[in-house]
Amino acid sequence: MSKNLRTDLFVISKLINDKEKILDVGCGDGNLLNFLFKTKKADCRGIEISQSGVNECVKKGLSVIQGDANYDLDDYPNNAFSTVILSQTIQAMIFPDVVIKNLIRIGRRAIISFPNFGYWKVRKDLFFGGKMPKNDILPYEWFDTPNIHLCSLKDFEIFCNRNNIIIEKFICLGEKGNEMMTNYFSNFFAYQVIFCVSKKKKN
Amino acid sequence: MKSSIFTDKFKIKNSIKLDSGELIDSCEVAFKTYGTLNKKKNNAILVCHALSGDQFCSEINPLTKKKGWWNILIGPDKVIDTNIFFVICSNVLGGCMGSTGPSSINPKTKTNYGLKFPVITISDMVKVQEKLVSALGIKKLFAVIGGSMGGMQTLEWATRFSNKVNVAIPIATSYRHSAQNIAFHEIGRQAIMADPVWNNGNYYKTRGEPKRGLSVARMIAHITYLSEHALQRKFGRNLQNSNFFSFNFGTDFQIESYLKHQGSSFVERFDANSYLYITKAMDYFDLSIKKGGLSKVFKNSSVNFCFFTFTSDWLFPTSETKTIIKSLNSSNAMVSFAEVKTDKGHDAFLLEEPEFHATLKGFIQGQIGIHRV
Repeated sequence: MSKNLRTDLFVISKLINDKEKILDVGCGDGNLLNFLFKTKKADCRGIEISQSGVNECVKKGLSVIQGDANYDLDDYPNNAFSTVILSQTIQAMIFPDVVIKNLIRIGRRAIISFPNFGYWKVRKDLFFGGKMPKNDILPYEWFDTPNIHLCSLKDFEIFCNRNNIIIEKFICLGEKGNEMMTNYFSNFFAYQVIFCVSKKKKN
Repeated sequence: MKSSIFTDKFKIKNSIKLDSGELIDSCEVAFKTYGTLNKKKNNAILVCHALSGDQFCSEINPLTKKKGWWNILIGPDKVIDTNIFFVICSNVLGGCMGSTGPSSINPKTKTNYGLKFPVITISDMVKVQEKLVSALGIKKLFAVIGGSMGGMQTLEWATRFSNKVNVAIPIATSYRHSAQNIAFHEIGRQAIMADPVWNNGNYYKTRGEPKRGLSVARMIAHITYLSEHALQRKFGRNLQNSNFFSFNFGTDFQIESYLKHQGSSFVERFDANSYLYITKAMDYFDLSIKKGGLSKVFKNSSVNFCFFTFTSDWLFPTSETKTIIKSLNSSNAMVSFAEVKTDKGHDAFLLEEPEFHATLKGFIQGQIGIHRV
């Protein structure tokens, strides 16, 4: 079954324990949730902005709400989920900072994945090509891109530190979605990153 | 259960205690079923009709000879597939299509109830439906589904009888009637009561029915079922008969003609007193005043919900449904929701809306797997 799952989503799925309560924000066609439901017996919920995505999810028997993560996360109570997942979406949010704070409010931890804008080929595109970078996960032109808040691995780390967000773990992925063996110079070599973050516990 | 010429009827032996405190004796429920109840008795879907609806949700309505109000959705191989499901639809308490209502004969006085009929609520309607469902031998419904007032009944089922429902599909509805909705209903009721023929509800044996009043009520209500954009698209300022204004108060514009037609065709099939009672029941509906708030109403609900709204529906806007979903989220309920883009307004739930039908079909398919129908 994992063959049908995008490799980066499979890496995320390995971070989930059995019987967790999951919210997938921007769950698309529900493949990750369905996989977690079947293999980890997870109690799954989703938010998806597109009607076609919602349609695919409900067909799989998943409970999914059509909504916009920019606005609708406010409707969830504190600590309602053990893990909240936001994969490949944070860079398209209007207020990524508000969204991230919401994710760790709703869930005991958040798993956030995004394309690393510090990747060496991205730097190369801009440095040598003098043009906005494009690749498989950043396929858009500058004028039609939904990715309005791109950041590098380093940017995200700085954001977490400044906002008292604990980075429990981060995983670097290569161009094929493969897990990289080492985090050596990760901001230069990682194509995508997956962060596990949580809020700092109050003493 | 006896069959009359055009509908099945179920008579409730014991009297039913209504929310008002009054009792109703020998209550009859007119209903129609489609498809067959399977051996496990787990394939029953209760369809709840809206204000002006009836039990003829599929096939041809034997009275009007027109297609049933949800024929587009219910039937063999349709979204609600009667090859798979046993569909039950009953005329609501207070209605005028065979179920006990103000036009029925009061067994005590042997004359029409008129305004002697007790004021009813959405939950009274649902209590009566539950008696019917039990009498049909069904312990747990696969689904309850309905739009508008039918959605209110669906929500009432999912809270009052949550252990008897697997799936609830409330469409274009709300947990309560808003001030604006009540206002439009009150204008409708005032139009009926201002018709001299209405005669305090005693018109069954006199000079005929308060058709003028009821038709105005329907015309007002009908505008609330559409959207401004749809009205403009369909009618604009088009003139009905000529290229010139008539300079009198006859029918100049197509929209006037359309509304008059809506009014006059409605009075042929609907009872004015039923309109008063049913609109009042909708106005009284408010799940949030029960048991200390909306989130408590849904606490520990095992019902699987799927809500639908329509972008141009200003009678039951999406924000109302989102309030319910917020409560359901905090109760950890299983809830899905889709907002369908359309300019057809509130009435969209009755019309050809491919996106709505596709998502509904998908949801039902998913639930068939979960509940092993």
